[in-house]
Parts: sequence; structure tokens; C-alpha cells
Amino acid sequence: MSISIQSIHKTFGTYTALDDISLEVPDGSLTALLGPSGSGKTTLLRIVAGLEMADPGSGRILFHGNDVSDVTAGKRGVGFVFQHYALFPHMTIAQNIAFGLDVMPREQRPKRAEIRERVGELLRLVRLEGLDKRRPNELSGGQRQRVALARALAIRPKVLLLDEPFGALDAQVRKELRRWLRQFHDEINLTTLFVTHDQEEALELADQVVVMRNARIEQTGTPQDIYDEPRTSFVYEFLGEVNKLPDGRYIRPHEIELRFAAEEGVDVTGRVSHLFVAGPFARVSVSPEHGRRGELEVWASRDQVEEMALANGDVIGLHFPNVKKPG
Amino acid sequence: MHHRSSTTESAPVRWLLIGLALLALSLFLLLPLLAVFVEALRRGTDVFCAALVSPSALSAVRLTLTAAAVSVPLNTVFGLAAAWAVTKHQFRGRALLLSLIDLPFAVSPVIAGLVWVLLFGAKGWFGPWLADHDIRIIFELPGIILATVFVTFPFVARELIPLMEAQGNDQELAAVTLGASGWQMFRRITLPNIKWGLLYGVLLCNARAMGEFGAVSVVSGHIRGKTNTLPLHIEVLYNEYQFSAAFACATLLGLLALLTLGLKSAVEQFTHQRASGRI
Repeated sequence: MSISIQSIHKTFGTYTALDDISLEVPDGSLTALLGPSGSGKTTLLRIVAGLEMADPGSGRILFHGNDVSDVTAGKRGVGFVFQHYALFPHMTIAQNIAFGLDVMPREQRPKRAEIRERVGELLRLVRLEGLDKRRPNELSGGQRQRVALARALAIRPKVLLLDEPFGALDAQVRKELRRWLRQFHDEINLTTLFVTHDQEEALELADQVVVMRNARIEQTGTPQDIYDEPRTSFVYEFLGEVNKLPDGRYIRPHEIELRFAAEEGVDVTGRVSHLFVAGPFARVSVSPEHGRRGELEVWASRDQVEEMALANGDVIGLHFPNVKKPG
Repeated sequence: MHHRSSTTESAPVRWLLIGLALLALSLFLLLPLLAVFVEALRRGTDVFCAALVSPSALSAVRLTLTAAAVSVPLNTVFGLAAAWAVTKHQFRGRALLLSLIDLPFAVSPVIAGLVWVLLFGAKGWFGPWLADHDIRIIFELPGIILATVFVTFPFVARELIPLMEAQGNDQELAAVTLGASGWQMFRRITLPNIKWGLLYGVLLCNARAMGEFGAVSVVSGHIRGKTNTLPLHIEVLYNEYQFSAAFACATLLGLLALLTLGLKSAVEQFTHQRASGRI
């Protein structure tokens, strides 16, 4: 089911959290809301969920063309997953997952056997078979987040909303769970909107990335578009390491080519101030000569660095192919 | 090899500190409690029992139980509502409400009693109107209940606010997105999370409701067998030099205190075990 966000405003007192936000989330897509803290991404997610209301008279939220702006959170049919899981500590895993079914009005509520079956199905889906009788505090962070996901899916939501779903996990689990979520999404094909401040996560996971800053959308596009064609300097800087040239142009560390100082096509010469080799990669910091301030970061292959016999203090040349200047 | 952590004092200092603490504890807490029981039984169990079953004592016990039975449930509801409002919502005047909850702790109980006399007494603001409609509050049960409710208001709220603040409201919001109604959310999510804190607050509230002296003293009028609560009854007996009877009745309050402490530590132990995941 598609989500359509149409000119939403949200203020808290004098603070503007969202300033005229419009966004289309296509049916079955996985869309990332990416931005630093305070950019308004979580507020937008909560407004889509109905946990927060947009300013009166400001705009509309449509699910599959139907206006849900005045529908309460409980009736919108959204699955919401919180950063810190928000599992119910006094219930077992099975009871947690069954909660949304248990609280249905009597006439809609599935029979006990059906609920049990559905819980078993969901536990298999999130690969936590056999943990149904445990309590949340007996599970690891990654497991808890998958329980939270299963709980959200139990009510067969029309859209899935994830608020920094991997934010509380350590790096290793984070990566695993990220890959898993992508596969999982491809299996169940549920329109999903998730919030993150981690550009790597957004680029790796999403079909569509929405970069937000200061209550506004900076750019919307596929991960490729956003990375290759950043429209503003903010997007450029936010999407990973980048060198800002004195004339306002940007170039990413892997785009800079290392050459000998006397070679042709050298744009800048400089002295190697720091050299760090890890596995097949090398990170080279270069201080430009001729009084220019700031170091340039270059990512090269280990082979090239060894071939050139590069060492700290060497003077080398840098070549900048197709340097862009954001609009 | 037994290692001593760097924050531990040497043995003599440790024993000195423990000794001082025990001495202070016995001097200020155990000795008075012991004195109550010794004095109560000084003239034999007959006098002790007679004091407890005298009509005025029984009436005082009844009144105390009635006042507690009304004010404790009321303050449980008020406390829950106040804690809910303060911790789950942001609104104008939130800070003011927080300070108002503490007002009964800050103000002298005598003032708390006098306020009701000023409002509802014969010469008070609403006195003439109440007299016209034949409603009596001061020197009657309603006055005693009002004073007790006022004095014991903060106990439940104060116990719950830090607890609910620490828990945040993600769990409640999760329940809402899963389709729970307000009542389902409260009963199935909020209440289980705060039940031990709530019980703890109710226990303290009850202990104070039964033991309150100052505020109740002002509004009761000390009519023996009618508006004397247990603490007031004890005072009357004491002033009449019936020391054994006074202390006999005081043992009831002493036992209440011991019972409250026992239950309180049982609740604490239980919550601690739950927190460490053993239950």
C-alpha cells in the first residue's frame, strides 16, 4: 500500500519540526528517512503512524489514496517498531507477539488456536522458533528487535514503520540484521518506511532514500542517485567522507587519483602526512603545498601505494577527474 | 586470597561506623518502640486489654479505619491520575502541578487542618451556606476524611512519578499502534509495570492515613467516642494521666508501623528479584 505525504507542517511551540513536507512512498518499497538528529525524520514517521498529529489544517497523509489524517494510530493499521524495542517485559515472547490480536474486540478476535498458530508462524518468519516462552530480558538485542518486528506484523499491518530499528545494537549485529531485513522485506513485500541517521544503512538497505535536514527534505532518490548526484553540499557531506575543494567543489576520497608529482594531469601536489594500510585498501592524507589549508583524504589500493613506494613525507601529485559542484 | 576493594575502610573504622549507626538506631528508633510496649504492659494484661476494648477505644479504631478506607483508595486514584498526567504528557503548568503535589509535604499539618476550618467551619467561607443546608463537615467524619486525604495525597504520586518517568511511554505507544484501547493499555501495560511501586505507595499512604495527628486534630473537635481517631484518643488518654491505657492504644499504631515496614521490605525484596530477572 502506497503512502502519500502531502505538505505536512509540524511545530512544537516555536520550534518547527517539519516544514512543508511532501513525499511519495511507492507500494512495496523500502524507503529510508535519512538525516542528522533534529532533522525531523522521527517526527515525520510518528505523524505517518498517527502517534503525533500534524499541525491543524496543514496537510494530509494518504494510505493507498485514502485520507488517514484523522484516523487514530490504533485504527491506521500500521506496524511500528521502536529503537529500544518497547517489548512488554512482564509478558512472554509469545504473549508479546499475540498482544495486537488479544486486544481486538471480541467479534474480530481470532480464536485462541488461531492466535497460537499465527504466533508460531511469525516466530518462524523472524527465525526465533522455540523462544515463545522466554521473557524479553532473556533475549539479546537483535532477538528483541526481531520480536518487536513480529509483534508489529501480527496485526497484518498495511505499512511497516521502523524508528532507528538498529540504533541500539552493536556494529556486528547491526550489519547482520540489516541484510536480514532487506531479504525479509523482499519476501513479504510490505511498504516500509524507516528512520536512520546512518548513511551506510540507508544506502545499503533502501530502494528510495529521503535526505532530511532542518525540518525539510533536501533530496529524494535512489541510493545511486543520491550518492552520485548529490544536489546540495549538505547531502554531499552527509553521505560519507568527502573533500571540499577551496572553490566549493566536492570530491570523494576514492575519486582522487594518486600520481607522481612530475606526472601529467596533476591538479595539486602535496606531502603525505599520514598513511594507513588495512587489507587491500590504503588511506592517504595529503597536505597540499602552496599554502592551501586542510588535508585531502585519498582512498587508494594497497597495490598502488606499494608500487609507488609511498611513505610519510613524500611529495606526490593528485588528479581530480570530473569534479562536481553541487547546485 | 581475599582482596579488599579500595573503597572499603579498614576493619576498626568499619566497626566504629557500624557501631555508631546501630547505637543511633537503637537510641532513636528501637528504644521508643520498646518503651511503648513496656509502658503498655506495666500494669498487667488486664489493664492492657481493658484499654483496647473500651467503647471509646473501639470507636476510635473504627473511625481511623473508616478514614483510611476512604482516603487511601481516593489517593490511589488521585496519585495514579497525577503521575500519569505529569509523566506521559507535556503541557503548560506541568511544573506547577509537580510542585502542588508536594504541597502537603511542605505545609505544616496544622495549617492543612486550619484551611478546612477556614473553608467549611461555622465562621468559614462556606460555613453559613453549609449550615443552611444542614451539611456538617468540620467536627464530623467528612472533615477528618478531608484532612487525611490532603495530608496523604503525595505518597502514591511521589512513588509513581520517578518510576513512570524512567519507563518512558514507548510501551504504551506500542500498545496503541497495536490497537489497544486506553483502558486496555492501562490495565495490561502500565499497571503491571508499576504495580509494586503502586503497592509501596499505598502502604506508606495507609500508614500515614492511620497515624495522622495534626491536621485531623484541628478538624475533629475531640469528641470522645465520636470524632476521636486513634492518635487523638491516645492523646486524650495521656492528658488524663491514663498512661497505661494510652500506651496500650499506642501499641496498635506501633504494630501497624511494624506491619507496614514488614510488607514494605517484602515488596522491595520482590521487586529487586524481579529486576534481576530471578522471577
